[in-house]
Amino acid sequence: MKKLVLTSLLGTLFVTTLLADGYKPGDKASDFRLMNIDGQYISLNDYKSAKGFVIVFTCNHCPYAQAYQERLIAIDNQYASKGFPVIAINPNDPDVSPGDSFDEMQKRAREKKYPFPYLFDETQEVYKMYGAERTPHVFLLKKEENDFIVKYIGAIDDNYKDATLVTKKYLENAIEAVLSGQSPEPSHTKAIGCSIKTKKQ
Amino acid sequence: MKIIILLTIFALYENINHSGIPVVDFDTFEPRLHLKNDTTYVINFWASWCLPCREELPDLEKLHRSYYTKKVKVILVSLDMPDQIESRLVPFLEKNNITAPTILLDDPDFNRWINKIDNTWGGAIPATLIYNKEGRVFLNRKTHYEELENIIQSNTIKP
Repeated sequence: MKKLVLTSLLGTLFVTTLLADGYKPGDKASDFRLMNIDGQYISLNDYKSAKGFVIVFTCNHCPYAQAYQERLIAIDNQYASKGFPVIAINPNDPDVSPGDSFDEMQKRAREKKYPFPYLFDETQEVYKMYGAERTPHVFLLKKEENDFIVKYIGAIDDNYKDATLVTKKYLENAIEAVLSGQSPEPSHTKAIGCSIKTKKQ
Repeated sequence: MKIIILLTIFALYENINHSGIPVVDFDTFEPRLHLKNDTTYVINFWASWCLPCREELPDLEKLHRSYYTKKVKVILVSLDMPDQIESRLVPFLEKNNITAPTILLDDPDFNRWINKIDNTWGGAIPATLIYNKEGRVFLNRKTHYEELENIIQSNTIKP
C-alpha cells in the first residue's frame, strides 16, 4: 500500500509539473508564427485592429472537434467583427494521426468554408507553450497594450452532442464578459476531448 | 423480492439497450468510483474511435482475464456516442474479443463531472483510474499491462 500511495504522490507531482507549463487565466500568452492552410504564415501581431483572439486547438479526425466545427464558424461570424477572431490550430503529428495532415487540413477548411485561419503547429511547440491538453481546447485572449492576456480556458459549451441542448455557452459568455470589461465566470472549464497526438519518441 | 426491487431500480437508472451495454449518466455511474470493499477497480475511460485507447485496450482485456478471479475488476467506460453503440462500439468489442465489463457514460456536461473522477484530469482520453478502499492512482495518459500490474500488486491485495 505504501507503494500505491507513493506512486499516487509521484503521479500528482508529475501532473502538477506538466500543468505548470501551460497558461492559467490572467497569464500573458506568447505570440507565435505558424503556417496557415494557404501557405502564409500568421502571427497574432498581424491583427492590428483585433481586441483579442479565440485560439482553438482543434483537428480534423477527433469526433469532438468535428462536433464543434459549425459552432466555431458561428462564433467567428459573430465575434470577428467585434474584434475577437477565431484562430484554429492543429497540434497533432500527422505521422501519428494521418487524418490531420496539412493536405487534410486544407481539404477540411475548403469543405467547411472556414472563415478563420487553420494553422499547423508542426513543431508542436505552440500547444505545449499554451498548455493545450486535448482537442478541442479553447484559449480566449484579450489584447492589453502590447500583451495578450489569457481570460478564459476550456470548453466551448456544455453539450457537444447537440447544440440545441446547450445550457451553458462558456466561450460565448466569456467573450461577452471581456467585451463588457468583466472577467469571465467561470474562467476555466474542462471537457472530454481527444488527446494531442505527439511525435513518437 | 429484494432482487426484484433491486433489478427494477437498476433498470430505471440504467438504460440497457439491445446490445446489453448499460448507458449511464454520471450520477448513476459515480458510486462505482467509491466502492469500499476488498476489490481493486481498474476504470478505463476510452472510445472506439480513439487510437491510443484502441492500442491499450488489449492490455486491459488481458488484465481482466488474468485478474477477474483475484479481486480485481476492470471496467471499460466507453465515451462513444450512444447512437453508435450498435454500429461501432459493439462490432469493435466483438472483433477484438473484448469481454471486460463495458458501460457507456453518456453525460455531455463534462465540466460538471471531470474533476469528480480526478481533479488533475484535463479530459483527454485515454485515462485510467485504479482504486481500492486504501488509495487511488490516476493515469492521465495511455497505460500498458506491466504498469497496471505493478500498481495492482503494490497494494495489500496479493493475488
